[in-house]
Order: sequence, then structure tokens, then C-alpha cells
Amino acid sequence: MAGSPVSVDYSQAMNLSAVPAGDWLVVAPTLITLLGGSLCLMLRKNTDLQPKLGIGFLALLVLANFGLLVRVLDYGVISMVMGSWLPPFGIAFTVDALGATLSLIGSIVALCAGIYGAASVDNTGRRYGFYPFLLLLMTGVCGAFITGDIFNLYVWFEVLLISSYGLLVLGNDRIQLDGAVKYGVLNLIGTNLFLIATGLLYGIFGTLNMADLAQKVAALDNPASGTLATVAALYFLAFAMKAAAFPVNFWLPASYHTPNVVVSAVFAGLLTKVGVYALIRVFVLILPASRGYMADVIALVAIATLLTGALGALAQSELRRLFGYLVIAGIGSMLAGVAVGSTLAVSGAIFYAVHSIIVMTALYLAAGIMNLMSGSYDLRKLGGLYQKSAGFAGVFLVLGFAVSGLPPFSGFWPKVILVDAAFQDGRAWLGAAILVSGFLTTLAMGRVWIYAFWRGGPEGTPDGQSVAAAGTDTGQLSGAAVWLPIGILTALVVYFGLQPEWMLELSTQGATGVVEPLGYLRSVFGGEG
Amino acid sequence: MRTIIFRTIAPYLSALMVLFSIFVLLRGHNEPGGGFIGGLIAASALAIFGVACGVASVRRAIVFHPMGIAGFGLFIGALAGIVSFFKGQPFMTSQWWYLKVFGVEIPLSTPLIFDIGVYLVVVGAIGSIALALEERESD
Repeated sequence: MAGSPVSVDYSQAMNLSAVPAGDWLVVAPTLITLLGGSLCLMLRKNTDLQPKLGIGFLALLVLANFGLLVRVLDYGVISMVMGSWLPPFGIAFTVDALGATLSLIGSIVALCAGIYGAASVDNTGRRYGFYPFLLLLMTGVCGAFITGDIFNLYVWFEVLLISSYGLLVLGNDRIQLDGAVKYGVLNLIGTNLFLIATGLLYGIFGTLNMADLAQKVAALDNPASGTLATVAALYFLAFAMKAAAFPVNFWLPASYHTPNVVVSAVFAGLLTKVGVYALIRVFVLILPASRGYMADVIALVAIATLLTGALGALAQSELRRLFGYLVIAGIGSMLAGVAVGSTLAVSGAIFYAVHSIIVMTALYLAAGIMNLMSGSYDLRKLGGLYQKSAGFAGVFLVLGFAVSGLPPFSGFWPKVILVDAAFQDGRAWLGAAILVSGFLTTLAMGRVWIYAFWRGGPEGTPDGQSVAAAGTDTGQLSGAAVWLPIGILTALVVYFGLQPEWMLELSTQGATGVVEPLGYLRSVFGGEG
Repeated sequence: MRTIIFRTIAPYLSALMVLFSIFVLLRGHNEPGGGFIGGLIAASALAIFGVACGVASVRRAIVFHPMGIAGFGLFIGALAGIVSFFKGQPFMTSQWWYLKVFGVEIPLSTPLIFDIGVYLVVVGAIGSIALALEERESD
């Protein structure tokens, strides 16, 4: 195009109007993490600088996401199309309340993990790239929450998966490689199914923009037939694998206990929730009719996931495996919301996702602290922690109540909404499964609390005596880096429990935005008010 | 592998390949080529040099650790997209500058910077894999 004399009408293909600087917040989360990640990668030999840079960029990410959420609440859904090309040809980033909320909560959790990592990741781990991987993982996570293009969603999945492989094998233990193979193989299969389904969808509609897809699917005479059924089934399987739903859940407890506990905390908080988010996005926004006739299947999977998770947690005595099963049980609750599919149910699923991101990360970090205090992740060898720190015992009790869905903590409200939505939809079994799963989770968490905190010492300690087990603590417990993250997360758990209005409002707005996507479509294609 | 002929030729061959890779990188905007394929050619140059003269001499020759090069590529690739911010255009909108040097017009653009970023990412990533594999072999 250099100096060409022909005048071209660019307005046919490009958006020539000026973009307000505030709209750049749409790309800010991915940009900040990408720049931060690459900077940390270049400076990875400088192990003292790594945590400062990493935490600094993660804090910037939280601020950017907060700004983005505020802007979305002020102006409604915002879109930015890369390179000024008009949609559906340009790749659109489209942020609604759902994406912005999850992106914000996810970045808060990542910041907490970054702070905890300053204490728990040693210099070798830093040199092998803990902070670059964490930042690039967040690029993938935020990108997935923000993008408005389904192939781009696939790309962000790849970005976060590749970073997660790196985090998973950080340290290079035999057991980690074993966990990484299980994790890697199943996730690769899931990603491939995702790609195949996306190819089919492109073959049918000739577009990959989510808003465009939603319009074209809605315009079909018979949106619940033919090839779309295949596409929907493939997507469901792919995202169920990512989310660790029954029966493709086995990779999660097989791999989450192998890496450094802070890595497990990030994974447990974020990765499965991205799968659930994709499920909501694809099934509620793009393929609502397919969701309608798959509702029974999704409900069955949800019930099975709820029960497997809770029963698995009861059967485990390794803390991190136990918490892994609790992640799965939480996924069941969110799937229940997708199965019902009403605005109320989806808002419950979104609120539950927020709660689960926070509480699961907090629980894994708590497991790390328990290991520092008594040198083990095994319930049989834990004990006497109440005497070591009564305050920490209280924090753990709060988290246990929250994950079981007991009031007055953050797990209570989404469960109330989900059960209510299930009964309104006439799916009493689904509601009952959520309640039973919550009850079993209470038992599992009570078991942990009684063994690890109440009992005087490891298994075999006589009643009334206390035997202090030696911890692996080498000074981390006296530092703020261990206590600050779990403090922030527990404060959020309590806050969302006592003051749920804000999050209720956000999740309702997020759910309305995908169930009735008019604002989403208008933000991408413009159009009259 | 380390015959005398190969060892003598390899440095020249590698130098030529790197030169060619830069040529491929620069012609890439409107013609076949670009950062990715250029990066692959440069990475194979590093691999050949490594096979012939040992991994240590490659690492000395490229000064920076390959992962650092990849990180730098990612960094400038992301920066290239930000330039349009100052013009009030969306992320990654291309910006062009036409310089006249001795009457010859040289078009410079943000896609070129992005392509150089891609080139460095590919050189760094593939190069570090290749070097790691060659190191393992010589253990």
C-alpha cells in the first residue's frame, strides 16, 4: 500500500472512528500480563527481582481488571476489535459483566498466589520461571474471560495450558512428571475436541465471532437439529474435561497434589472455572437451543459430579487430593446452574464460580501452611494445629464452612440460588443433590478440622495429650508473605457472605447478559438503541 | 558428525542462514516469508552450529539465553500493538512510516516490529529446545 495512488474506501472494512482511551482497558489485562511475563522471562536469572516484578504486575492487573469492571458497569458491554477491522472479520474482545467479574476475581487470586509464592517458591523455582509462567497463565485466563471470538478463546486456552504445564513440572520431581502426563494427555484431548467443534461451527456458519454466531444460530429455522447437535455434544465433552466434570474428572485429583502448593492453589482456583465459563458462554449465549435439549444430560452429569466430588473428598486422607475432590464437587454445582439455564440459575453458577475461585485457592494455601506447621499433608500425621495457632484454626473453620455452603459465608448464597432455581425448574433431584453434596462436604471438612486441629497430635496420640509434630517451616511462617494472601481471601469469603448484594447484583447482571444477549450483540455490531 | 569438513563449513553456513532468515523476515509483509518462517531458519542455523561446534560455543555466540531472546520478542511484539493507543485507534491497528533514505522509500511499520518479535520468539523457543536436546546428546 506504499504510496499507492488508488483511493480506497477503508470504512467498508475498518472502524475509522476514534476509540476512547478507556476502552483500552479491554486489552489491558492481557497486555499487562504479557509485558510483565516477558519482562520476568528476560530477567529470570535475577531471583531477588522476580517476586517484586511479578507481584507488581499482578497488582497492576488487579487494578486494570477493577477499572474494566467499573467501566462495564458504567457503559454496558464494551468491545474492541483488533487492528480496527470490522467484526465479524476482526477478532473482537467483548467484555460483559460476567467476563469482567471473573477476570477481576481471578486476578485477585493470582495476586495472592504471587505473594505466597514469594515465600514458598525457592530460587530454583524462580529461575525456572515461576513468575513468568504465572503471569502468562493469567494472560490466558483473562484473555479467555474477555475474548468475544470462539477461536480466540481456543488460543487463550492453549496459552493458559502451556503455562500450566510449565508450572506443573516446576521442580522436576518424578511424581510431578507423572501428574503432568495425566493432566497433559487429557487436556490435549479436550483441546482437540474443542478445536474440531470450532471447525465444524465455522463450516456451518462461516464465522467465529461469538455475537455473530449467536445471531446466526438464533436465526435458524430449527436451531436444535442436525450438525449443531454434534457441535454441542463435542463442546460439552471438551469443556467438561477442562472443568473436570464426571466422568472425565480423574485427571484433577491425580495431578493437583504433585506441584508446589501455591501452583495447586492457582490451578484449583482458576483452571476448572475457565472450563465452566466457556460452557456458560457457548451453551447459554451461542447455543441456547442445544442447551435446552441437553439439559437432562447436563443435569445428570452435574448430579454425578456433585456426588463423586463430595464422596471422593470423604474418602481421601491426603489434604491436597481431598481439596481436589472439593473442586470437582463445586464444578457440579456450577453445572447444575448451566443445566437449569434460567437467569436465576446462571447467576447462581456465576456467583458460585466466584466463591469457588476464592475459597479453593484459600484452602490450598491453608494446606501449605498446615504442611509448614506440621510437616505433612496427610491427615493421619497431622494434629495439634489448634495449639500452634488458634487464629489459623478459626480461619480454616471459616473456609470449611464456606466450601460446604453454610451461612454466613460466601458459599451459602450461590447454593441457595442454585437450589431455588433447580426447584423452580421442577428439577427437585438436582436441588437435592446440591444439598446432599453440601452435607457430605461438611462432613469431609469437619473430618479435616477434627483430625488436624482438634486432635492433640498425629494418629495414635492418646486423648488429652498433645504431641507437637515438627514442621517444615524454615522461617516462612513468621513472614507476611504466607499470611497476607490467606487473610485477603478469607476476608473476601466473609465479605461476600455478609454483604452478598454487590456480588448478587454483578452475577445477575452477568447472567442476564448471556441469557438475553442483546447488549452483547449491540456492543459488537452497533445498532439502534 | 564432527568431521573436519562439517566443522569448517558450519560457521559460514550458519552465518548465511541467519542472513537469509533476516531477508525472509523483512520481505514477509507482502510476499511469502515473515517472522515465523524466518525464525525457524535462524533456529536451524543455531542447531547446525551447535551440532558442529558444540552447544557451549553457540551459547557464547548468541550472548543472551535463548529464553531471554524469546521473552524480548514477546515484549516488543506486545509493544508494537500499543503504538495505536496514541492515535486513538484500537489495539494492534497498524501504523506506517515512510522514510526517504537517498531517494529510496523505506516503509517501516508496527507489523514489521511485531514480525521481528515473532522472529525472536521462534528463534528463542525453538533454539532453546534444540540446544537442550543437543546438550543432552553430548552428556
